[in-house]
Amino acid sequence: MYSFDIQRPTSVADAVAALGTDEALPLGGGQTLIPTLKQRLSAPSVLVSLTGIADIKGVCTADDGALCIGGGTTHATVAREASSYPGLAALAGNIGDPAVRNRGTIGGSVANNDPSACYPAAVLASGATVVTNNRSIAADDYFQGMFATALDEGEIVTEVRFPVPEKSCYMKFEQPASRFALVGVFVAKYADGVRVAVTGASEDGVFRWTEAEEALSANFAPEAVDGLSVSGDGMISDLHGSGAYRAHLVGVMTKRAVAAAS
Amino acid sequence: MPKDHGIGASPKRREDVRFLTGAGNYTDDINVHGQAYVHFLRSDVAHGKISKIDTSAAEGMPGVVRIFTGADFEGVGGLPCGWQVTDKHGEPMKEPAHPVLCQGKVRHVGDPIAAVVADSLEEARTAAEAIVVDIEELPAVVDMGKALEAGATKVHDDLDDNLCYDWQFGTDTETTDAAFKSAAHVTTLELVNNRLVANPMEPRVAVGDYSRAGDDYTLYTTSQNPHVIRLLMGAFVLGIPEHKLRVVAPDVGGGFGTKIFHYAEEAFCTFAAKACNRPVKWTSTRSEAFMSDAHGRDHVTRIELALDKDNNFIGVRTDTKANMGAYLSTFSSSVPTWLHGTLMAGNYKTPAVQVNVKAVFTNTVPVDAYRGAGRPEATFQLERVIDQAARELGVDPIALRRQNFITQFPYATPVAVEYDTGDYEATMAKMEELMDIPGFAARRAESEKKGMLRGLGVNCFIEACGIAPSNLVGQLGARAGLYDAATVRVNATGSISVMVGAHSHGQGHETVFPQVVAEMLGIDESMIDIVHGDTSKIPFGMGTYGSRSLAVCGSAMVRATEKIINKAKKIAGHLLEASDSDIELKDGMFSVAGTDKSVAWGDVTLAAYVPHNYPLEEIEPGLEETAFYDPANFTYPAGAYACEVEVDPETGKVTIEKFVSADDFGNVVNPMIVEGQVHGGIAQGIGQALLENCAYDENGQLLSASYMDYAMPRADDIPHMAHYVVDHSCQTPCTHNPLGVKGCGEAGAIGSPPTVVNAVIDALHSGGHTHVSHIDMPVSPSRVWAAMNGQ
Repeated sequence: MYSFDIQRPTSVADAVAALGTDEALPLGGGQTLIPTLKQRLSAPSVLVSLTGIADIKGVCTADDGALCIGGGTTHATVAREASSYPGLAALAGNIGDPAVRNRGTIGGSVANNDPSACYPAAVLASGATVVTNNRSIAADDYFQGMFATALDEGEIVTEVRFPVPEKSCYMKFEQPASRFALVGVFVAKYADGVRVAVTGASEDGVFRWTEAEEALSANFAPEAVDGLSVSGDGMISDLHGSGAYRAHLVGVMTKRAVAAAS
Repeated sequence: MPKDHGIGASPKRREDVRFLTGAGNYTDDINVHGQAYVHFLRSDVAHGKISKIDTSAAEGMPGVVRIFTGADFEGVGGLPCGWQVTDKHGEPMKEPAHPVLCQGKVRHVGDPIAAVVADSLEEARTAAEAIVVDIEELPAVVDMGKALEAGATKVHDDLDDNLCYDWQFGTDTETTDAAFKSAAHVTTLELVNNRLVANPMEPRVAVGDYSRAGDDYTLYTTSQNPHVIRLLMGAFVLGIPEHKLRVVAPDVGGGFGTKIFHYAEEAFCTFAAKACNRPVKWTSTRSEAFMSDAHGRDHVTRIELALDKDNNFIGVRTDTKANMGAYLSTFSSSVPTWLHGTLMAGNYKTPAVQVNVKAVFTNTVPVDAYRGAGRPEATFQLERVIDQAARELGVDPIALRRQNFITQFPYATPVAVEYDTGDYEATMAKMEELMDIPGFAARRAESEKKGMLRGLGVNCFIEACGIAPSNLVGQLGARAGLYDAATVRVNATGSISVMVGAHSHGQGHETVFPQVVAEMLGIDESMIDIVHGDTSKIPFGMGTYGSRSLAVCGSAMVRATEKIINKAKKIAGHLLEASDSDIELKDGMFSVAGTDKSVAWGDVTLAAYVPHNYPLEEIEPGLEETAFYDPANFTYPAGAYACEVEVDPETGKVTIEKFVSADDFGNVVNPMIVEGQVHGGIAQGIGQALLENCAYDENGQLLSASYMDYAMPRADDIPHMAHYVVDHSCQTPCTHNPLGVKGCGEAGAIGSPPTVVNAVIDALHSGGHTHVSHIDMPVSPSRVWAAMNGQ
């Protein structure tokens, strides 16, 4: 790890100001950034820790019924407190291990947009809104490919607002080594239709499986997905599975998510 | 009633108190006053010529003490190989130089090019980034088949090709061919024994220290065998005589074989300590461990099994390519040959067994012994091909094995070893009982109700342990003896320190060895401590590997304790005014047979050190004895294993529902520790079978270079303890060592991989996937799915 200065602002405004300097990086729970620093793959001059900002922590319900989760809220807190959205709480409770869940944050996860992370599937399948220090971004506009998002330099995720579905479920098939999602599928059923988002599988990061959404909007049952398939083209192919295998698992995990949705 | 002390009891492991409370003293806990730190600049390409190394910018950087390159090691010896294999033409194996730091060429990702010694590790790392290295890349040799093709790029320019040796062993070709010609059925399988990374919890560490006052060196290192390191490094690399070199291996956090070997970093730290006149410390990162710890396994094999019309095995023939990596690690050459070919008869009376092995150099990390070392590879081939034969012939795999068992002992195999004792029928029957084989059909039906496929896998194994008879291994090319040694030092008040050549890095010697001495003397175990891991304190023993500690070093300890008893009886006889031949030792009391005259252990030991009333003209004062023990034969633990798996037909994921082992380890000193060893060994075998895969791409880049891609077995990959039964009640004591013990450290890792694969294949056949005859390990979800779908 190279030397760096660390700042611990207590307000979003101070954090934004601190991030205005060159080579400053925001530090959420540090579950990606700290290992990167230890391997000397990143050399910020200043780290701006977001963990001291009380305003961006916690889970609450908005007047319109949406579940609002502060960007600095840990996975463990979401698992414990997002009881109005059980599919989301279950997802948070199965990220990594207890150490990861007690440090890692939802804001850090969606800002990083790891192609194998769990949260992006929930955000996209829920049609959630990513709120930053200066705007609100719809999930469909937010995710822009592997490790790419609509965030500008120095922009901080302060909150994610989830419309709560009637039924939902996240099914994750774990990569054997990292236990990240080899394929993870989040299914959310709303009054106006079903959304299906897939993580882990695509070289373009999280994506919506619209064909399945249409079929499931017409008939929210596992068999509705029978006969549907995603192409293996553009799927990640590595030591742990070919693109064809991942494409196959998208179907399996979608059916299982529908069957288990509550 | 189980015993509560001595041989056969299961006292809790006394060393665990310090391990579990953070009070262990590992090599990284050792800091020597004034020490500097070394960071190795390692190759990030698999193969290339070093055209330039420019250290000038780095040398003036903050904290830098000195920067070393290969040029600093000209005239210094290379890392030696401890076993010379002779090929089938009578020629010695090829032994290319293995320099401490690269000389002119890099040969694998991780090969150390330069070393920066600095006041702090961070300064060393920063300076290393300023070293300019120009490498003219060469094509990487990764695949063993391609490495052997004519015209292949050579890993070592001074050799004719990439072949280390072409070895043949066992039954002659004419006899073997005749057996196959007469066969009613021949089953053939092509198998990969996957490359593994040992991954002990504690990475390797070395601290070199040099004293100008005495012109002597101390190396603290994470080793399974400090005397072996002293011998190899002192005599072959650095030219330091034994009396000027002390090697200390303190608490070591797991070895699994990979800490047997002498490594470049150890030699470097020792060398640099004098060159810099400062202690030099290196602590491996986990990333470095993946590219510098010797890897394990990596065999590709074609095996054929010939059966007569009555399904008797009449011939086994194997053709194996064994990956040596870029250099010969310490015992690498012996693993695919003498630790592998000698076990190819298995538990069966097959009359013709021929083993062919080509050892191959590639641009990968050196490969050497890993828990089981050659014996898992032998077991896997044989037990997979037997299972496949049973399937092809439509016979019960247990019955097929049973009808071919060796039943008469001693038994001389066609592959040069003599099994002293065993009872394979007993372990098979015990396994069947514990597994509840008759209940399998009902359990399969339950699984199928859930939409899962259930399979049952069984197999046997045998291993050669208690390594090893020196005269035999010397004939086979070993450049060392493989005896061990123990000194029993009885103190004046009767407490005892036992200095042993064996090294405990998780095995529990500190608990088990005192149980043996306490039993022999009839005193409390708490009066006895074990000293190990420091060449300045212990006699010249060869360390711990090959399940040898109790069978070889324990035997030395028994012999030394017998000498203690003989001398103590003489002292007691003097004190009791009786002939020492009339003295009996029981429960820590010496008594004159047939009388009520006695003297306590502590009185005798005190007399030895305060010899006021003592026969000084007949015996020396003091009570300390050393014994060296060289085994007459290997020991042959054997057993029968079974497991049941569920396969998810939609995803290919395999879960192990039940695992049973029935082992014959001969006599058992501490059943709890034996069970722990087997549980751990099977966990590693499950890891190999389902999860672990050290993979390179075609350019020699390590794909599984961290835990993000290298899958270690975790608690939830192993069956619940209620369904994870390890039994050692079948006991045919070893006939040639005083304790009748055989060794248990490697059995689990040897026996279990074919069990898992056999069960998976059985499950797939039950689901109608009858075209699947084999899946290479690790049997990962994607591979199972691909096999089911013919991809």
